[in-house]
Amino acid sequence: MAYNLNINGEQKSFDVDDDMPLLWVIRDVAGLTGTKFGCGLAQCGACTVHVDGVPTRSCQLQVSDAEGSTITTIEGVTGKVAETVQKVWADLDVPQCGYCQSGQVMAAVALLSETPKPTDEDINDALSGNLCRCATYQRIRAGIHEAAKRLEA
Amino acid sequence: MLNKIIPELNPAAIATSRRGFLLGASAVAGGLMVGMRAGPAGAASNTAADEPANPLAGYIHIAPDNSVTILSSQFDMGQGPYHGLATLVVEELGADWSQVDVKGAAGNTRLYGNIMWGGAVQGTGGSTSMATSFDRYRQAGATAREMLIAAAAETWSVAASEITAAGGKLTDTSGNSATFGDMAGKAATMPLPEEVKLKDAADWAQIGNESLRRFDSAAKANGTHDFTIDVKLDGLLTAVVAHPPKFGAKVKSFDAAEALKVRGVTDVVEIPRGVAVVGEHMWAVIKGREALTIEWDEAQAETRGSAEIMAEYKAKAGEPQQATARTEGDTASALSSVARVIEATYEFPYLAHAAMEPLNAVARKNADGTLEVWGGHQIPDVYQGISAKIAGVKPEQVTMHVMKTGGGFGRRAVADGDVVAEAVSVASAIGFKAPVKVQWTREDDMRGGRYRPAYVHSFKAGLDQDNKLVAWHNHIVGQSIVAGTPFEGLIKDGVDGTSVEGASNIPYGIQNINVGLTTSDVKVPVLWWRAVGSTHTAYAVESFLDEIIAEIGADPYTYRMELLKDHPRHAAVLKLAADKAGWTTPATEGRFRGLAVHESFSSVVAHIAEISMENGTPTVHKVTVAVDCGIAVNPDTVRAQMEGGTGFGLGSILAEELTLVNGEVEQGNYDTYTPLRIDAMPEVEVHIVPSTNKPTGVGEPGVPSIGPAVANAIAAAGGRRIRVLPMSKSMGT
Repeated sequence: MAYNLNINGEQKSFDVDDDMPLLWVIRDVAGLTGTKFGCGLAQCGACTVHVDGVPTRSCQLQVSDAEGSTITTIEGVTGKVAETVQKVWADLDVPQCGYCQSGQVMAAVALLSETPKPTDEDINDALSGNLCRCATYQRIRAGIHEAAKRLEA
Repeated sequence: MLNKIIPELNPAAIATSRRGFLLGASAVAGGLMVGMRAGPAGAASNTAADEPANPLAGYIHIAPDNSVTILSSQFDMGQGPYHGLATLVVEELGADWSQVDVKGAAGNTRLYGNIMWGGAVQGTGGSTSMATSFDRYRQAGATAREMLIAAAAETWSVAASEITAAGGKLTDTSGNSATFGDMAGKAATMPLPEEVKLKDAADWAQIGNESLRRFDSAAKANGTHDFTIDVKLDGLLTAVVAHPPKFGAKVKSFDAAEALKVRGVTDVVEIPRGVAVVGEHMWAVIKGREALTIEWDEAQAETRGSAEIMAEYKAKAGEPQQATARTEGDTASALSSVARVIEATYEFPYLAHAAMEPLNAVARKNADGTLEVWGGHQIPDVYQGISAKIAGVKPEQVTMHVMKTGGGFGRRAVADGDVVAEAVSVASAIGFKAPVKVQWTREDDMRGGRYRPAYVHSFKAGLDQDNKLVAWHNHIVGQSIVAGTPFEGLIKDGVDGTSVEGASNIPYGIQNINVGLTTSDVKVPVLWWRAVGSTHTAYAVESFLDEIIAEIGADPYTYRMELLKDHPRHAAVLKLAADKAGWTTPATEGRFRGLAVHESFSSVVAHIAEISMENGTPTVHKVTVAVDCGIAVNPDTVRAQMEGGTGFGLGSILAEELTLVNGEVEQGNYDTYTPLRIDAMPEVEVHIVPSTNKPTGVGEPGVPSIGPAVANAIAAAGGRRIRVLPMSKSMGT
C-alpha cells in the first residue's frame, strides 16, 4: 500500500507494508541513514526523530500511523536550537563513536525547544531513553547546558 | 598517482620501531596483542615480508586540491585513534586541520602491522593505537614535509633550509608561497629522504594541545558520519541470519516456504552459521526470518545455564589450582603459620559488549573477480584471509573497507571473522548476484555470544602478629578467551594471560604471593571485553585488599602507598587522585569515598568515587580519576576515554549481567541487559600525570578501577562488601 509521508518538508509516497516501522521507511526506502537502528524496541533512542515536533522512537511507529504527520530527521532538523546544539556538540567533543548521537541531538533539540533552561533533572527525564554505550553522558549534559546558555545570549 | 605523495618509512625507521616494540611488549598486558604476536596462520599473507610495500597504500595522500588524507592503520570505534594519528601527522607535516581527513586503511601488513604486536598483523586492540603509531605517523608526516620542501626548493631555486611548511602552506624568506596541493605532484617525484628529523617535544604545537577538538565531531552531530549500516551500493540486498538458540548447535533442516512469501524477501539460504533470509530491506528480512521454520541439531550444544556454570566454578575455586601464573615466596606455608587468615570469594557474570551499532558487514564480488568487504574490521588482515577463503579468491583480490564503527569494546576482533564471514557466506550462497549487507538485530547481537567470561576469584590473605600482610593467594576460575582459537599458542604453562592479567602482576609489596588459574571447559563463546582480564581482576584485587585494610583498621590510601613503595608510577597516580579528591579531608555528611588503583595496557589509573547510600542503594556523585598514559597526544581524548571508561565500567558493576538457562541466553535487548544511562552518570574529573614517556593505552584503562572504588565506598558507608556482581543483585532494601 502507498503511504504519503512528509519527511523533512518533502511529501513523498512510499509503497510499503502497513506494519513497516517508520525507521525502516526512513533508512531503507527513503535512504536517509542519519537516523540509526539500535534496538528496535524503543529502548535506546538511536532512532529518535521529531514527529510534529515531538521526539519519537521511529522503530516503534508504524508507517500507517505516521501519515499526515510532519516528520523531521537529523538530516532535516534546522533552526537556531538545532544549529546551536550541533555546534556545541563539536565544540565540546561530545561524540565518541557517534552512533547514538543523531538520537541524542534530536532529543536535546526537542528538550531545549520546550524548556530553554533545563535543569539536570529535566535532562535526565528527557534523555534517559537515549543510551550511549560510550557513556559520553557528562558531555551530553554539559552540551545541553552550554547550548541553553548560548541560546539565551 | 603522480599527484600523490606516498611516504613510506625508511628501513631504518622500521627497524627502530620494531626494536621499540620488542622492548615494550612484555609490559603490555592485553590478550589480543599478545595473541597476535603468535600470529594467526595466513594472516600476514597479503604482503610477503620481502616484497616492496604497495606504494599506493601509504600513510598520507596529498591531492592537488590541497586535501590531505591520512590512511589509518588503527580502527576507530569511538576511542579516537583517527584524531590521534592525524595529530601526529599534522604536527610534523605542518598541515592545516581544515584540509585533513582520515580514512581506514588495510591490506598491507608491512605498512599497517601493529608494531606492538611485532608488526605481524594489522589490528587495533590492547589500547595500543598511539603506541604503534607514535613514531610511524610522525615519521610519515615529516617525510612528506621534507619531500614537499624539496619540491619547492627546486621550483623556486632556493635552499630547502629557507623553506617553511606550516598551516598547509610552503613559504620562503623571499616571498615565494605555494599550497601543499600545488607542490604535491612534484614532491612525489622527489627522492625519499634518507633520514628525517622529528620535532623536539618543546616545539610541539599539536601534540598535547588542550584546545584541539576532534576533527570528526561535527559529522557525528549532524548524521553525515557513515557507519557500516549506512553503506549504500547499487542493488544492495539486506540479510538477517537465524542463529541456533544454543551455542554449538547446528541446522538440521529448515523450511523456507513461508519466509519466501514475505514481500521483499528474495532468498533464503543456509550458511555455516545458520539460515540467512535475504531481501530488499531490513523489515522484509526480519519478517521473513519470523516465518522460517528451523529444526536444530543440538547434540553438540552447551545446555548448562549460567547458575550451574557458576556453581561449578565456585566448587573448583576451593580445589587446587590447575596452573600457577605467579609465585613468590612460599604462600602455602606462610598461610599455615600466620596469625590470621582472611578469606573471600568474588563472582563475576558474563557480560555483553552491547555496542550501539549491532554487528554487520557488507560483501560484494565484482565482475573482475575481486571482492570488497565493508565492516568494522578490527583485525582486517585476518578478515581478508577468511573472506578470500569463503569466496574462493586470493587474499590480494580482497579489498577490506575499514568503516568507522558504532562502538566495539572488543567485539569486532573475532578470530573466525564472525559477521564478516557471514556477509561473504551469504553473498556467496546467492551466487554473488548482488552485494549483501548482513545486519544483526539487537537480539542477535545480545545472544550471539563472545561475552566477557564469567569468573570466580577466591582469596586467602595472611596477616602476621603485627597485622602485616605477608601472604596473598588468589585462585581464578573461568574460561579462556584464546583456547580453541588461532591465538591459542599464547597459553603458556597452562595460563591464558587474559584470565589473570591485573591479578598476576599486582604491584603490592607482599612477601608471599601465589596467583593460580583453573580454566573451565564451557561452550559459551567468550571474547575480550574492553579492558579484558582487568574487568574482573581489578575489582577482585582492589576490593579484597580493601577488606584486609579495613580488618587491620588502616587507611585505604596510606596503606596502599606503603605497599607501593617500589612502584613509584602507581604511587604517583594514586597520590594525584587522592590530592585532587581531597582524600585527607572528610567528605561532607552523608557522602563516602572509596578508591582503587590499577595498571592495564601499560597505563596506570586511579579512581576515587564519592557516593551516598539511600535504601541500601548507592548513588555515585563524583569520581576523581588520575591517569599516567605516557605522553597525552590529545589530552581531551584522554579525558573523554577516562570519562567514558568510568561510565562503561560503572554501568557494568551496577547492573550488567548476561545469564543463560538451559544453554539459552535470557537477555535480548536493552530492557533486560542494562548499561548505564545518563541519570546514573556521575561527575567525572580527570587528571593526567605529566609524562615524557611514549604514549600507552587510554581506550581500556579507564574501565577497571571504578568498580572497586565504588564497592569500597559502599563498604566505607557501612554497607556490605559486594562480592557478587552485578551490584543490583544485592542492592535495595
